[in-house]
Amino acid sequence: MRQKHILSILMAGLFTLMTAISFGQEHASGAVNTKEGVDEMIDHHLDDSHYFDFFADGEEGKHYGFALPIILIDNGLHVFSAAEFDHGNQVVERAGQHYALYQSKIYKTDAEGTLHFDEDGFPTNAKPWDFSITKNVFVIFLVALLMLLVFGGMAKTYKKQPLPRKFGRFLEPVIVFVRDDIAREMIGPKYKKYMSFLLTVFFFILFLNLLGMLPFGVNVTGNITITFALALVTFFIVQFSGNKDYWKHVFWFPDVHPIVKIILIPIEILGLFTKPFALMIRLFANMTAGHVIIMSLLGLIVIFQNWIAGPAFFGFSLFMMLIEILVAFLQAYIFTLLSALYISSAVEEHHPGSEEEEIPIV
Amino acid sequence: MSIPEMVGAGLIVIGAGIGLGLIGKGAMEGIARQPEAGNKIQTAMIIIAALLEGIAFAALFAV
Repeated sequence: MRQKHILSILMAGLFTLMTAISFGQEHASGAVNTKEGVDEMIDHHLDDSHYFDFFADGEEGKHYGFALPIILIDNGLHVFSAAEFDHGNQVVERAGQHYALYQSKIYKTDAEGTLHFDEDGFPTNAKPWDFSITKNVFVIFLVALLMLLVFGGMAKTYKKQPLPRKFGRFLEPVIVFVRDDIAREMIGPKYKKYMSFLLTVFFFILFLNLLGMLPFGVNVTGNITITFALALVTFFIVQFSGNKDYWKHVFWFPDVHPIVKIILIPIEILGLFTKPFALMIRLFANMTAGHVIIMSLLGLIVIFQNWIAGPAFFGFSLFMMLIEILVAFLQAYIFTLLSALYISSAVEEHHPGSEEEEIPIV
Repeated sequence: MSIPEMVGAGLIVIGAGIGLGLIGKGAMEGIARQPEAGNKIQTAMIIIAALLEGIAFAALFAV
């Protein structure tokens, strides 16, 4: 038993070491051992990319990975490989229009690829509509496929035997936990209708969070557009399943003075939007913060470059990695729990007759 | 980041820290008095902590 523990700690250490190595080599242009270098490194890690790089050689400017397809809509559809940009060194010409890649974004330029910058350092060039399969989109597809295989296979085994096999043995208690402790407890008797959504969103966020801890660092749930989309789904589900009581609480709050009712209308309407907004910000900020902390601690190693700071910060980042695994589960749980809570507020039945007993909350 | 922004971020973190501490204190006391209600208290604690966290993060982004 004790040996097993030592083995787990060693494995986790190896994992952090791999992340540290991929951290040091992900950077493509020049040294990382300055504050600016680390800043740029972290920004680069948090950003989406048109390349899936496993690691890169900064001194020689070589990248080991593969380019992802680029899909642009700009006077027609243009599909080509990101390899044509050669990590921003080349200008690509399609239908008489030149495109340049600058900091993972595509801009319209002239034949030389000139970019014009405003005073804050952002390019002012026009952007085409970019529907590319970027790194984040690629990982989302990967997770979707993974979930389809894992849960599809699991569903099949239930037809033959009451117990799932292999990995399903680990997942079954988690699914039962989502059903009993989240859906049934929060929503009540109508929970079955929302199980598919809650399970999907739980495992989707969980898998993305855990994949984000891999050395190649795909920071998908730390991208606000993805958490926005997830929160939007929750928003629509809550609004469309809202019953009479729910809308009555929004537009004509019961059991209070009419003047208070009118004051409460704008507050309640605002409340409809702040709930999913908070969901979006919470998941995004938590995952981003976790990644920034780990990357900063690893960055301190390359800044100090001595034998005392190295192991110390390595230990800190190992500790943060373990905390982040807990956070990965916790954030998936909280997103699902709060979604269930908002749904329950929309489908809850208020029994007639008990209204007089309720104490009005002003 | 300017100095007022840094002070603001610090104030947010202090406020959120005090809030989380009070939530934890309340939950601990509740569980100590009624251990059989531990699961329910824990769920409620996580919900309230998550709501507080959401507000704190929103404020940090505003800064």
